[in-house]
Amino acid sequence: MNDLETVIGLEVHAQLLTRSKMFCGCSTAFGAAPNSQTCPVCQGMPGALPVINRSAVEFGIRTALAVGCRVNEHHRFARKHYYYPDMPKNFQISQYEEPLAEHGVLDIEVGGSSRTIGIQRLHLEEDVGKLIHEGPLETAQSSTVDFNRAGVPLMEIVSRPDMRSPAEAAAYLRTLRTIVVYLGVCDGNMEEGSLRCDANVSLRPAGSPELGVKVEIKNMNSFRNVQHALEYEVKRQVRALAEGEKIVQETRLWDPERVRTVSMRSKEYAHDYRYFPEPDLPPLQVEARWVEAIRATLPELPAARRRRFAGGYGLSAYDADRLTQGRALADYFETTVREYDKPKIVANWVLNELLREMPADDDRAVAACPIPPRNLAGLLRLIDDGTISGKMAKDVFETMYRTGQDAPSIVAREGLTQVADAGELRRVVDQVLAAHPKVVEDWRGGKKAALGFLVGQVMKATLGRANPALVNQLLGEKLPKG
Amino acid sequence: MLTRLTIEDLAARFRRGEATPSQAAAAYLERIEALDGRVNAFLTVTRQAALGQAAEADARFTAGRPLSPLDGIPIALKDLLCTRGIRTTCGSRILETFVPPYDATVMARLRAAGAVLLGKLNMDEFAMGSSTEHSAFFPTRNPWDLDRVPGGSSGGSAAAAAADLAAATLGSDTGGSIRQPAAFCGTVGLKPTYGRVSRYGLIAFASSLDQIGPFAKTVADAALVLGVIAGADPRDSTSVDVPVPDYRAALEGGIAGLRVGIPAEYFIDGIDPEVEAAVKAAIEVLRGLGARPEAVSLPHTRYGLAAYYVIAPAEASSNLARYDGVKYGLRVPGGRDLIEMYGRTRAAGFGTEVKRRVMLGTYALSAGYYDAYYGKAQRVRTLVRRDFQEAFERVDVLAAPTTPGVAFTLGEKTDPLQMYLNDILTIPVNLAGLPGVSVPAGFTTSGLPIGLQLIGRAFDESTVLRAAHAYERATDWHLRKPTLEAPPR
Repeated sequence: MNDLETVIGLEVHAQLLTRSKMFCGCSTAFGAAPNSQTCPVCQGMPGALPVINRSAVEFGIRTALAVGCRVNEHHRFARKHYYYPDMPKNFQISQYEEPLAEHGVLDIEVGGSSRTIGIQRLHLEEDVGKLIHEGPLETAQSSTVDFNRAGVPLMEIVSRPDMRSPAEAAAYLRTLRTIVVYLGVCDGNMEEGSLRCDANVSLRPAGSPELGVKVEIKNMNSFRNVQHALEYEVKRQVRALAEGEKIVQETRLWDPERVRTVSMRSKEYAHDYRYFPEPDLPPLQVEARWVEAIRATLPELPAARRRRFAGGYGLSAYDADRLTQGRALADYFETTVREYDKPKIVANWVLNELLREMPADDDRAVAACPIPPRNLAGLLRLIDDGTISGKMAKDVFETMYRTGQDAPSIVAREGLTQVADAGELRRVVDQVLAAHPKVVEDWRGGKKAALGFLVGQVMKATLGRANPALVNQLLGEKLPKG
Repeated sequence: MLTRLTIEDLAARFRRGEATPSQAAAAYLERIEALDGRVNAFLTVTRQAALGQAAEADARFTAGRPLSPLDGIPIALKDLLCTRGIRTTCGSRILETFVPPYDATVMARLRAAGAVLLGKLNMDEFAMGSSTEHSAFFPTRNPWDLDRVPGGSSGGSAAAAAADLAAATLGSDTGGSIRQPAAFCGTVGLKPTYGRVSRYGLIAFASSLDQIGPFAKTVADAALVLGVIAGADPRDSTSVDVPVPDYRAALEGGIAGLRVGIPAEYFIDGIDPEVEAAVKAAIEVLRGLGARPEAVSLPHTRYGLAAYYVIAPAEASSNLARYDGVKYGLRVPGGRDLIEMYGRTRAAGFGTEVKRRVMLGTYALSAGYYDAYYGKAQRVRTLVRRDFQEAFERVDVLAAPTTPGVAFTLGEKTDPLQMYLNDILTIPVNLAGLPGVSVPAGFTTSGLPIGLQLIGRAFDESTVLRAAHAYERATDWHLRKPTLEAPPR
């Protein structure tokens, strides 16, 4: 079956980081007591009317510009109907025929090669509430509903069916996530549901211009799940076709426990959403001036920044990529480099030491980092001027992270200044050599590894404060020649 | 008798200390107590709250600081306008127990103006109907003949205004629901321009057509109420930020030279000859006041009704989806699952007419039919609007009958289509979003009121009201009152 081509399109929902909801003034803050952040509008009370959140539209436009979409001068909201108790009005205010923006592109990299994925449309809509069942859904005696999330702004970004493998789909999602996080429009957290992804998967004979029957996959709430679910689904379809089955148009849920997709509903039961223009909201005019003002505030996007980090700072492609995954981390790196002009060393410290200590590499974690860039630069300067060794610096770094203090104060307080006094070190070397005659014999016998042991002993005796280069030099002088 | 006085006269007495808001509220409450058993205009009477508000108004007049021309004036609202803490049923079982936690913008503005709320008024369920017989609770009766309907859907509002059960009332007009009952009850009923009055807190029937407006004893009183409730509202994105003129002041100046269009299409076959004669006589009165009547044509009028009965039910099917037993109002227990709970609740909660329109609208919006029905109806709507635009290039207002006939008897119209035809002369105005008023223009030989409809340009309520006021001053139809005090037949 190697003449089959995989075709994947993604629909990504991103919760916008606006302070208030899409159509009312209620707070969007997460974790408040059930229904404490609701009003007649987001509860769907009789007579309540929606009012468009300008800031949500601005976030949508920011994203649209970042992925090269054309922002439509006129766009409007539409009602999408289906009955479910988490949706207070039993219709969702969304956009249908005249979305906010269309016709974008996103460049992704997979296995070292680059591909361009088309973006069909970007539109705004409102989120639904949350049902809380007493026990499992099938047997629950009662259910309650929390409308705190109802009306939180969502941005839906629909790709073209341009992806040809689950790996490409995962790369697309990762790239898109990085962008929305960079733009500050979404926190990108898939586990908490701020970023959600549905996929359409189909197969067709390689080279065919027509699309096969598509299956929609839902419930993939992590990057890992997206890739696994799509891999499973592609295999399932390949096997089904090989066995002469027909693929039916349906929605399937990814079950991460049982590692498979399960049919949810087939097309015969598909909803007729009965879309029609939302009569309570007049069509929105987006003035070109507004769009240009927003364009002017766009930050440097991850792809451009990655290229600049690799080219301008001479970092490896891998390091440049890792440093630009989050805007705050990249900013941290660049701020440090401004104070300490050795980019490769800074990159090593940020990617190895800093990320080891931090709980995550997202913007929130970076913002909460107890070591500001200035302090990291200060630490690196202490290595350069010989005050401390690189090894000592790692201990100092840990103390800095724990206490929030800067390197010079820690070094001064703990008396960590490097021992670079040849006279003092010479005495220590003599003591070490006297204490380990067997090792000295080994060295003389040609066992070069013995030198490392002796250096270690000197460092131990000086509590790690000895200047390693000087120790090596002194040992070279003192050891009998082989 | 305080209940006979216009708002203007009542307010003058308050200012001069010849009467107090408390006395006025008590007089109206007493009259409601005595007569509403026959009219059935009220669904809820807020007696205690009214007396409390009136006492506060008393103090303001004593201090010489009334809040507005409506301070202390007893009013009542159609029961689809949300009132904080006061049951708001929309004439439906499904909202029989619904107590809104908030005030509609019009209620908030009336409160801020010092008006005293007497209660909530009966209506056709969800404003769907032309007779108030579709109220889930009881029909309202026409004060001029208790065997007849008051019109609808704002039948309670019209009957209350006509029977002096409130100094003024508010209703809503989606396809004629203010003007038609005003004509049937012989009172003034004004539908403002779409967007002139905030719909926030108006329980929606058809969002693109609904508009709130006043019923009053005189055109001047309607102008005063409009002045208080009109104006842009940040909570209603379809309200329009056009300056609100002093409507009372705009009434003066007469209508000499006013160009009055007479649309030929509004004098249809089957029109009641007494209605036609009365309206033609009214046009001659306008001519006598210096206006210049001329014939105009609104050629797409005949398609208006059909377009309306696609658009309004389509929007209604969507607006009414929220009544599902989950959050507020009626929930019928015992369903095995969600779908059964929805089904049982909506089956028991909605009346026949509401179900009919929800089904019509659901069908019209369904996949494959959208373009043929909703799309086409919207194109017709554009043509109807264009008709008016072209006419208003030549004339300042249009004059026509409000309804083809007069109040019919309860139970007379059993065929929904016959009922729908009642609104054939009012619907085009809603489709075009224009202001229209119905003013008393005579009586049939059997003593039933006839309405003259005046229609104006968008946001030009002033001209409509000025023409209506001039006509009212030249006639005495508005001074005639139904005799409810007589024992029932």
